[in-house]
Amino acid sequence: MSDTADTKQMAYIAAQAADARVNLEIETEGMTLNIGPQHPATHGTLRIVVRLDGEQVISAEPLMGYMHRGYEKLTEVRTYPQVTTLVNRIDWLGSFANEVPFILAAEQLMEVEAPPRAQWIRTALFEMSRIANVVLFLGDMGVQLGAVTPVFFAFRDREFILNQIEAVTGGRFHPNFDRIGGLKDDLPKGWIDETRGVLKRIRNFCDEIETLVVGNEIFQSRTRNIGVIPADIGLSYGLSGANIRSSGVDWDIRRDGGAGLVHNELDWKVWTHPDGDSFARFWVRLQEVRESCTMIEQILDGIPSGPVMAKVPRIIKVPAGEAYVETENPLGVMGYYVISKGDLTPFRVKIRSASFNNVSITPWLLKGVYVPDVISILASLYFILGDIDR
Amino acid sequence: MSVVLADLAYWQETTIRLLVGLVAVLLPAGTLVYLFLFKMMSFMQSRLGPMEAGPYGSLQLLAEVGKFLQKEDIVPQAADRLIFKLAPFVVLVSTFLLILVIPAGPDLWFIDVDTGIFLGLAVSSISVIGILMAGWASSSKYSLLGALRATGQLIAYELPMILAVVGVVIQAGTLNVQEIVMAQATGEIFGFGGIGSPYVITQFVGFLIFLIAVQAELTQPPFDMPVAESELVTGYLTEYSGIRFLMFFIGEFATAAIFSALAATLFLGGWYVPGLEATDNLFNVIGPIILLGKMLLVAFFIFWFRFTYPRFREDQLQQLAWKVLIPLSLVNIVITGVLKVVF
Repeated sequence: MSDTADTKQMAYIAAQAADARVNLEIETEGMTLNIGPQHPATHGTLRIVVRLDGEQVISAEPLMGYMHRGYEKLTEVRTYPQVTTLVNRIDWLGSFANEVPFILAAEQLMEVEAPPRAQWIRTALFEMSRIANVVLFLGDMGVQLGAVTPVFFAFRDREFILNQIEAVTGGRFHPNFDRIGGLKDDLPKGWIDETRGVLKRIRNFCDEIETLVVGNEIFQSRTRNIGVIPADIGLSYGLSGANIRSSGVDWDIRRDGGAGLVHNELDWKVWTHPDGDSFARFWVRLQEVRESCTMIEQILDGIPSGPVMAKVPRIIKVPAGEAYVETENPLGVMGYYVISKGDLTPFRVKIRSASFNNVSITPWLLKGVYVPDVISILASLYFILGDIDR
Repeated sequence: MSVVLADLAYWQETTIRLLVGLVAVLLPAGTLVYLFLFKMMSFMQSRLGPMEAGPYGSLQLLAEVGKFLQKEDIVPQAADRLIFKLAPFVVLVSTFLLILVIPAGPDLWFIDVDTGIFLGLAVSSISVIGILMAGWASSSKYSLLGALRATGQLIAYELPMILAVVGVVIQAGTLNVQEIVMAQATGEIFGFGGIGSPYVITQFVGFLIFLIAVQAELTQPPFDMPVAESELVTGYLTEYSGIRFLMFFIGEFATAAIFSALAATLFLGGWYVPGLEATDNLFNVIGPIILLGKMLLVAFFIFWFRFTYPRFREDQLQQLAWKVLIPLSLVNIVITGVLKVVF
């Protein structure tokens, strides 16, 4: 643990000791509050047991598993192409992005590579699922803080992105479109021009959120210096994605790892924020939506022609071996560790989903904060229950 | 009203007063809910709102009331039954008492007491007791937290509200609400008496403080920490259902309407509009409509803030009350007093 963490912990202990002395004098008893499993703030079934002293949190413990669906086990009885249907449902807001790392791992094992056009379209859909996911976060953060209006704007504008995803894949939430060695289909006619208009809408939405939420003084006072995660603490808990980038860590797998997508050929920027508080996490995500728009625009301009499917056998048998591929998904780093014994089905799949690690920091982070801040911190960490429990 | 009712028997007078009182509480509340909560909120959020029940969903309110009446009246097993059942009505009491002091025309009032505004602000605090009863009797942690937050908040914001009114009282030189309206109708600003003297001009700071305090008294965003739905489910309302929930709901919006009417009376000239003599008998007819219009104007601001802002944290809103609003209103009183003596 570094100096910052040490001083924070020491200050916390000192504060607790002072509290304890006061408590001895007036003898107040703590209260245990179950936030969840059914609670408006957890948008799913996360249960957080907090021990309260008045409105202050003494300890908080997240209890996960209420939504465990056993996907890792289920993949063992599915053939490789069937697995995408399952993993779609892990992070259900950005579902196409869930398919990509698994398909890339399978491709790595089979030693096939998708044709350039397929890779470009894959990247475009990957970024669009990020927009569809994070746009909802930008609205939802307002709801958690009591401003109801932004979320309706978010739902309104997300619909256009979902329409574009549906136009390509046929599915709004669960595209099931990625194939080993390419994509199921090519782009429909007129899609590229339509998408440009949609991206303009998303940019407008970002501007709207910037004035409506980010610029709001109450929002700032509720999020600035709240839930500060120092970079080393965040890294030691395995935080990833915008959560760690908002602590000033310049780490983005899209740029730093060669993940088989074409992010390397695009001109874009990794946004970081030095503060590490709830506001920083919100701000970084807002910039990332804009950056995704930039990326998709470049893809629309530079998309090469050619086939969208490499030559792969009709019945896919993956040669024996192991592969681990991770990508920068909307919620953070998502990885699949696939072990094949040369069968139709994977022998074992380990899924590393971002939200599980992102939530695991809560016992450290929620100590000593007030109940209202519990909600804003949880909202800014941005987890999706399906992504925690798989 | 006293003039109109002078020749009637006591029971007739009482019946008419009761009916008028009910209408005066429920009609503005319904208007607010439909106009602002259903429609304005929807338009601000780029959706249509209720459209099916009646033209543009105008009967939606009746449908909602019907729905609440049909629902089971659930009392939690561990609840303090009597207090739990009584609480919504205690909250409503303050609403109905508050309407008494607001005049709607030169001869239209429920009671004409010399300490009218004092009475009004005093009875408005009764709702705190109802909320505390609800939170305690529900035997739910969320309810308890919500009720304690509500109590702290309502008591804190009672002060700036009263202090903001003190400025008006100093300027008008009376506590009688009817005379405050008259003072605005017949007053003049620096020798110009064309539009009377609505105190929103001279007491603008007081008006702003009053509006903010009203927002907090109504526990509406950005001051809705007591019912913060993302953390406390719905605070002290959590365990209520059916007709008792409806009572809280009516209480909330009727109080919003009445506080808006109070603000309109104290700062915007009440039932008076420039152009007519203040004692004109016509005001007994159009006065309520004018008051309703001004009330809607004030309520528009209250609801506009409600749909726009995120909520303060509990300590932040206490700080706003004690560190900003109360000192500001004290300064306002001093300046008003000095100017009153000078001019």
